[in-house]
Amino acid sequence: MTTFVLNGKSVTAKADKDTPLLWVIRDEIGLKGTKFGCGAALCGACTVQVNGQPIRSCITAVSDVAGKQVTTVESLGTPSKPHPLQAAWIKHDVPQCGYCQSGQLMAAQALLAANKNPSDKDIDAAMSGNICRCGTYGRIRAAIKDAAETIRNA
Amino acid sequence: MTKTNRRTFLKSTGAVGSGLMLGIVVPVGSNGPAQAAGTLYTPNAWVHIADDNTITLLSARSEMGQGVYTSMPMLIAEELNVDLKKIKVAIAPPGAVYTNALLGAQITGGSTSVRDGYDKLRIAGAQVREMLVAAAAARWNVPASSLKAADGVISGNGKKATYGELAADASKQPVPEKPKLKDAKDFTIIGKSTKRLDTPAKTFGTAEFGIDVELPGMVYASVEQCPVIGGKVKSFDAAKAKAMPGVIDVVQINDGVAVVADTYWRAKTAREQLTVEWDEGAGSALSSKSMMDGIRQAAATGKVLTIGKPVGNVADAMKGAAKVIKAEYTLPLQAHAPLEPMNFTADWKDGKLLLIGPTQFQQGAQGATAAALGIKPEDITLKTTFLGGGFGRRLELDFIVQAAQISKAVGKPVKVLWTREDDMTHDFYRPQALNEIEAGVDAAGNPVAMKFKATSQSVTQRAFGLPKDTLDPFMTEAAVAGYQIPNTQHDLVINDTGLRAGYWRAVSHNMNAFANESFMDELAANAGKDPYQFRMALLKDKPRFANVLKLAADAAGWSTKPAAGRARGIALMEGYDTYMAQVAEVSVVNGKVKVHRVVVAADLGQMVNPDTVRAQIQSSIIFGLGAAVKSKITVDKGRVQQRNFDSFEVVRMDEAPRIDIVLVQSKEKPGGIGEPATALIGPAVANAVFKLTGKRVRTLPITKEELA
Ligand code: FES
Ligand code: FES
Repeated sequence: MTTFVLNGKSVTAKADKDTPLLWVIRDEIGLKGTKFGCGAALCGACTVQVNGQPIRSCITAVSDVAGKQVTTVESLGTPSKPHPLQAAWIKHDVPQCGYCQSGQLMAAQALLAANKNPSDKDIDAAMSGNICRCGTYGRIRAAIKDAAETIRNA
Repeated sequence: MTKTNRRTFLKSTGAVGSGLMLGIVVPVGSNGPAQAAGTLYTPNAWVHIADDNTITLLSARSEMGQGVYTSMPMLIAEELNVDLKKIKVAIAPPGAVYTNALLGAQITGGSTSVRDGYDKLRIAGAQVREMLVAAAAARWNVPASSLKAADGVISGNGKKATYGELAADASKQPVPEKPKLKDAKDFTIIGKSTKRLDTPAKTFGTAEFGIDVELPGMVYASVEQCPVIGGKVKSFDAAKAKAMPGVIDVVQINDGVAVVADTYWRAKTAREQLTVEWDEGAGSALSSKSMMDGIRQAAATGKVLTIGKPVGNVADAMKGAAKVIKAEYTLPLQAHAPLEPMNFTADWKDGKLLLIGPTQFQQGAQGATAAALGIKPEDITLKTTFLGGGFGRRLELDFIVQAAQISKAVGKPVKVLWTREDDMTHDFYRPQALNEIEAGVDAAGNPVAMKFKATSQSVTQRAFGLPKDTLDPFMTEAAVAGYQIPNTQHDLVINDTGLRAGYWRAVSHNMNAFANESFMDELAANAGKDPYQFRMALLKDKPRFANVLKLAADAAGWSTKPAAGRARGIALMEGYDTYMAQVAEVSVVNGKVKVHRVVVAADLGQMVNPDTVRAQIQSSIIFGLGAAVKSKITVDKGRVQQRNFDSFEVVRMDEAPRIDIVLVQSKEKPGGIGEPATALIGPAVANAVFKLTGKRVRTLPITKEELA
C-alpha cells in the first residue's frame, strides 16, 4: 500500500510496491491520459510530475512517490478552463495521432513553470526526451512559445 | 502503377475476406467514436440523424494521426449543409459499403482516404440532403425546388424543420442515384483549413486509444514470442510464472506463450519467469548481410518483371552513348514503431467475439480472427479506437488474433499489450532493397537512355497472396520518374529474404525515389550542371513536375549561397497522384548530418483540409528523416538487434528542422498526402550531403560511419 497525492487528492494504491507509477495511475486508479510508449525512460509518453518535476512514470516505482504530489495531464485543464498550453495546443492543432501529447504537455508545463520565456535551446533541452513519432515538433515548439506569451501577459 | 491495377489485383488474389456485415452499427466509446442519442435513423451508411438532432457522420477510415476524423466528415458536411462543429464523428464498423475502392478492402493506408472518399462521401452527403428535402416537400405538400437545406434545417414557403425532425420520414425516401453536387467554386468547407475535431480530446488526455479500453472483468496478457520471428513453441515451463501474484493462467497460442494476470504489470513480470524452448525454424539462419547477399543474387539471376512499357530502344541508345554511368543504391530494414505499442482487447462469449482496438484493416481483423477461432466473420463485432500511430504496422493482424485466442482460452475479456521490445523485434519490417541504375549520356552529359532495376521483397505476396513472379504494383511506385528521357526500361525482381516484410509509410517510393533522385544528382554532377537546372531541362512537357520543382527551389533560395558550412540538395517525385519537390539544407557537425531546413512544394490537386495537408507533410518529413540519418533495423542469427528507442533512434525535438511548405492551389483531382514526403527527404538530404562533402552516400541512413 502506497499513499500519495494525485492531482490534489490523496490516494492509496494497492499495487505491489515496485509496480511502476504508470500502471498504478492507469490501471488501478483508472486515469488513462498518461501513456506507455517504451517502459525504459526513452520516449516520455508516460511523463507526469512529482512535486512539480517531470519524471518518467514507467520507471518510477509507486513506493518512490509515497507522500508526494503527483500530477497528470488530467490536472492541467478542462475544455471550459484549458491551461494556456492546452489552449495553444488547440490553436496550433498540435496533435496528430495524439498518443504522445499528454507526456509532451506535462514536460512543457514543467518547462514553463520554471521559465516563462524559453528560447529554442531551452525548448530543445526540455522537450527532447519526448518522442513524437508523428513529428509534431514544429507545432509543439510554436504552441509552447504561444502559451509562454499568454502566461507572461496574464 | 495505376490504382485500377491495385484494386483489380487485390480482388483477384482473394485478399478480401468474405462474409461482410451489412448492418449499420454505430460504434460506442467516450471521446472516440461517438454514440448518437435518441432514436437513430440512417438515411445512408455515412450519415446518422437522431430525432434529438444529433447528427453523426461516419469515417470509414481509421484515425491514426492523418486527420480523417475531420476530413472525411468535411466531405459529407459540404453537401449535407451542416456545421462541422455541431456533428459527431464515429468510426465505421466493418462493412462492404465501407470498402476502399482504391485498395479493394476496408483499409486505411496508401494515402487513399481522400482520393477514395472525395466523390463517394460528397454523394452520400448530397443524397441525404435530397432525402431530407423530399421528406419536407411531402410533409408540407410543396415542391422540393422551393426548399433549401442549410445548417441542419430545411426551410421554404414560410415553414421550417430540423434535420432531426425530418429524419424518420427522410429515411423512408428512395435514395437518389444522382444527387446534385456543388461546383468546387461554391465549396464552403472543402479546401478551407479546418480545426481538427479530435484535437480537444487529444489535448485533455481523454481520447480513447486501444491501450485505454476497459471491459468489465477484463484481464491482461503479455505474450512471449520466439526471438526468431516465425519460431514455434517446442515446450514451456510455466510453474514459476503461475506462482507469481495475480497470475490467472498461462496459455499457449500460435505465436507463443501468453501470461494472463489481473494487471498488466503482473502479467509482464510473470512472463519474465517463463522458460520456453523454441523451435526457431529456418529464420535463425538469417542476418542482414545474408539477406542482402540473397537480394544481390536475385538481382543477378532472378526472374525479371517489366514495369510499365519500355520506351525507345535502350540497348541501342546505350551503345551510341558518349558515356555510360552506373550506380547502385541500397536501403536497410526499418521498423514502424508507432508510439502506442501493439495491443487489442477481445471478449469471447458464447461463440461470439467482441474486438476493440486500433486497426487499419477492419475487414482483415474480422477475417483473420474468424479463421483462427473457427467462427463466422458475422459473429465478430469490431470497434475501432483511435490509433496511437499506424504507419502501416496496424495493417497487420497478428496482435489482434493473439487477443482473440487468449480470450477464448481463458473465457474472459482480455487486453493484450506488447512491450516496446516486443514491438521492435516482432514488426513486419520495411524490406531491404537494391536498386541498380545505369544511364547513357550524350557529350553534354544529358541522359539518352536509362535502365532501372529494383530488387526487393514483396509485401503483397505475404499479406495478400500475390502469386509468385507477378508484378507487385506497390513495388513499382516512383520507379518511373517524371523526366523525359528518349529510351528507358524499368525492371523489377522480387526476392523473398525469409524475414517478414510490411508496408512502411510510403512503401516502395522510399527505395525507388532514393535511387532515382540520387542518380539524377550523379548525372548532373557528371555533366557539371546545377542539379536543379539539370532536372528542369528534362521536364519540358511535364508542367506539374516542373512547377513544384521551381516553387521549391525559389522558396529555398536555391540561386543564393547558403550560410557557411551548409549546402542544399533537391529531389522531385510523383506519388499518390501528388507532385512534390523538396530542398534540404544541411551541415555536418562532428561527422553527423544536421538538417536545418526543408522546403517542400506540393501539388496534390484539390485539397480538403489544407492545414492537415501541412501537418502530414511535416509529419512525413520527420518520419522519413529518422530513416535518412538515424535509424535502421539489423538482424543477426534471426534476431532483430534493436529493442527500444535507444538502439532504434528516431528524430527528436532538437533535431527537427524548420519546414517551409508551399502548396499549389488546384482543382485537379485530389492526391494523397499522408506519405509522399517521407520518401523524398532521404534523397534531398543525400544530395545536400554530396554537395557539402563531395561524398556520394548510396545508402541510408547517412550515419557517422557512412560519412567517415
Ligand atoms: S513509457 Fe516511460 S519514457 Fe517511454
Ligand atoms: S502525435 Fe502521434 S506520437 Fe505524437
